Amino acid sequence: MLGYASRRLLTTLPVILIAITAAFFILRLAPGGPFDQERALPPEVLANLRSYYHLDDPLIVQYFRYLVRLAHFDLGPSFVTKDFTVAQQITIGLPYTMTLGTCAFVLAVVLGITAGILGALYQNHAGDYLIAAVAMTGLVVPNFLTAPILQLVFGVNLAWLPVGGWGDGSIRFLIMPVTVLSLSHIARISRLMRGSMIETMNANFIKTAKAKGIGRRRTVLRHALRPALTPVVSYLGPAAGYLLTGSIVVESIFGIPGVGRYFVGAALNRDYGMVLGTVVFYMSIILVLNLLVDLAYAWLDPKVRTR
Amino acid sequence: MTLYVDKREALEKRFLVPDTEMPAGKPRSLMRDAMRRLRANKAAVGAIIVLSLIIILAVLGPYFIPYDYETPDWGAFRAPPDFASGHYFGTDQNGRDLLARVLYGTRVSLTVAIIATSVSVTVGVLYGSVAGFVGGRTDQAMMRFVDVMYALPYLLFVILLMVMFGRNVFLLFAAIGLLEWLTMARIVRGQTLSLKEREFVEAARASGVSTLPIILRHIVPNLVGPVVIYATLTIPEIVITESFLSYLGFGVQEPLTSLGTLISEGASVIQVMPWLLFFPGAVLVSLLLSFAFIGDGLRDAFDPKDR
Repeated sequence: MLGYASRRLLTTLPVILIAITAAFFILRLAPGGPFDQERALPPEVLANLRSYYHLDDPLIVQYFRYLVRLAHFDLGPSFVTKDFTVAQQITIGLPYTMTLGTCAFVLAVVLGITAGILGALYQNHAGDYLIAAVAMTGLVVPNFLTAPILQLVFGVNLAWLPVGGWGDGSIRFLIMPVTVLSLSHIARISRLMRGSMIETMNANFIKTAKAKGIGRRRTVLRHALRPALTPVVSYLGPAAGYLLTGSIVVESIFGIPGVGRYFVGAALNRDYGMVLGTVVFYMSIILVLNLLVDLAYAWLDPKVRTR
Repeated sequence: MTLYVDKREALEKRFLVPDTEMPAGKPRSLMRDAMRRLRANKAAVGAIIVLSLIIILAVLGPYFIPYDYETPDWGAFRAPPDFASGHYFGTDQNGRDLLARVLYGTRVSLTVAIIATSVSVTVGVLYGSVAGFVGGRTDQAMMRFVDVMYALPYLLFVILLMVMFGRNVFLLFAAIGLLEWLTMARIVRGQTLSLKEREFVEAARASGVSTLPIILRHIVPNLVGPVVIYATLTIPEIVITESFLSYLGFGVQEPLTSLGTLISEGASVIQVMPWLLFFPGAVLVSLLLSFAFIGDGLRDAFDPKDR
């Protein structure tokens, strides 16, 4: 297990480095820049600005300077929002994004797995079809379409929930964004879980358990659940990534001041320092989450470890 | 003696198809077989009809309605759907006919999806078949590169590319296609590994054909099944990506429009002019649903498991 963990860690680091390199060069080679304005700046001012941010150095020098900074956990300055560094802006937005993401993740896992198990146990009953239909809708209708509809129905017409914003951070403000963010993942997890649960329930060791006269509840929870969970667990890593990127849209729609909104704003303003910093931050989180999920997967499924 | 004859007859009855039962006309090929099974799948057939209807309307429709997508009708601003005035889907804040805009937007959305999908299929097929056919160290190195690309968060790179190509949507989606080929490459490589051991490849080799022509003429044509399935599943994914980018304000720019742009405009005025969200949303959902059903149907049709 330890050997597997260290091997897996060693493959993650170069991937992070490649991702940072790719992001850096894509942004630096992009045409236009943060100082392009409606009225062109005088060339002297522009030259000063560029030299202030070291943008007039050779690209390769800038690249290594950025890497050294990153090694000190310094994400650099923002080119547009001059009063805050990139790290400060991310720190301001992070609690909102984390709350939103964690709630959506927990909701997706709990509801998805429960729905999947129920679907598998009542295969081809009316309930199973109902779950399948809801899952298909959740998969197909994109979140930027469900969000405004939910806002209209529950926020405006029924006035049960606030239309957007964070308010005092109470649960009322969270319900809609979390639902929108987790909907497609509930659907995907329930489909995965249903498939693997059906497969497991037909396996020989479950037949043995049944033959021994073990009760249905015990068979499902003690014998079938763990092996059936493996495909779901391997989906959780990518799912965490999708939740982070998905929260970009959800934060924009519901007006939640998280990292995603800073990211969108920065990309629209061509604030390359901020975009690069946010991308590096997101990628590190996603890759680390993937690492954790893979380790959990290895713990669940001994076959993976010895490969 | 008689015993022998009996046995031979029995074997022949069992294993030889009598001439009278041979199907008339062409023999059943893989393609014909799959198409026959696809036709038996009601959901897939319905989805194909809906999809072709949408495509025909999007391509030909604009020539048959009296309004175009960018000229305001000065007598009808914010008009709800109305058959008398000829604005069947109503008009937007600027008096532009929504039906014309939806048709045009569908066309743009589908065009960028097809561009990105063809790029991804071309790259994926070539990459996968070369890796699988050449094998050895080359294969190892090429597949390791795919693994690394897999680990990079897709949407973040899409947004980075957007910053780079923002001004040219079609170029942007060609670039997005360059991010989407990974799964295709993996599937194609797997298929190629088994195809290259077949007799017809050996025959081609023996008659002196070199590697690249073998790949292009003998391997690639045998990959039709997985490629078609993959393409049907990629197109909706790109349509969603496009809508997502447009929703955040990165996508297609005015006066050009796409389904995502229309939805995003509609979402902001859902309370006063709900039709601006309803019609583009309905078209998007029917597009995505029909692609999902066709993809499912194709997968069942080509799946050798239950043949």
